[in-house]
Amino acid sequence: MHRTAVKKVVLEGVLDANDALAQANRQKFDEAGTYVVNMMSSPGAGKTSLLEHTLERMRRKLRLGVLEGDVQTTLDADRLARFHVPLVQVNTDPGFGGECHLDANMVRSGLPELPLSEIDALIIENVGNLVCPAEFKVGEDARVMVYAITEGEDKPLKYPLMFRSADLVLVNKMDLLEHLDFDLEQFLGYLDAVNPGVGRIFTSARTGRGLDEWCSWLENRAARARAVQ
Amino acid sequence: MHELSIAQSVVEIASRHAGGRRVTRIYLKVGHLRQVVPSALAFSFELVSQGTPVEAAELDLEEVPAAGMCRVCGAESRLESFPLRCAACGGLDIELTSGEELYVESLELEEHPQETGS
Repeated sequence: MHRTAVKKVVLEGVLDANDALAQANRQKFDEAGTYVVNMMSSPGAGKTSLLEHTLERMRRKLRLGVLEGDVQTTLDADRLARFHVPLVQVNTDPGFGGECHLDANMVRSGLPELPLSEIDALIIENVGNLVCPAEFKVGEDARVMVYAITEGEDKPLKYPLMFRSADLVLVNKMDLLEHLDFDLEQFLGYLDAVNPGVGRIFTSARTGRGLDEWCSWLENRAARARAVQ
Repeated sequence: MHELSIAQSVVEIASRHAGGRRVTRIYLKVGHLRQVVPSALAFSFELVSQGTPVEAAELDLEEVPAAGMCRVCGAESRLESFPLRCAACGGLDIELTSGEELYVESLELEEHPQETGS
């Protein structure tokens, strides 16, 4: 059978559908006056430990909520349950053997479980992964990256997408600095190469370093979001 | 492997625009600054296109070079690697003009010739 080919111009963004859902999430957050942080890092950089300390310090000052993204298990959510803040767990497992990131639709699926109007700041703990989460907006106001100094100096150059999209970098596990061959100046140089002047706070969940600064950052941002609303 | 999600989205877009016809080729533009691994995308595409109108289509991936305009001196530069720096004055205050693309540019569709009656 003779067949002919025709060309059809499409010009449609591959992530348009996700971005539209992210925009819808964002509108819900804005209406509720909820400031939303998308927290991203490699596995094991210390997101959950930092969150534990954040909840411990801030839960009486700020009404916090958490959306936990994990491929499997509720281990992180279990760790945070003792703080009695609104908390929802989204497992990405029903995807193709477990998506490696949260997308706008997964976040949307968790929202009915959260009383947004009673939450000043919602922290979305993304799946531990230095590549994939950066591609997917979920409706956040800010992206906060947790980077452990045990990961080495060169990662900003190897994974520029996430470092470029970060609004704040928490340079974590600073208590280990003296035990590592980690060149902090070089790391900061690489960080500025991909995201010039991005905000950074040096933290340690173990010693408490930088946690006041990080908590005030969060408090100020949330207060500003409320004021605008 | 966010290539899997990207492939899935490409299949959805192409299927929707195909209007029931078979898709033989998909032209995809990917900016240099995206972290899309072509081989991972091709593999994912093969997997998720099965059983769709897009099955067996060629995925034609074209990389778009990164370029930007310097906010200080106004020069246009091609940007190969980080730091993204103006080739003329060395400044870092660059407004990207390309390099972040990720879109389906066009499709090649199979069209049956008009039936002329028997």
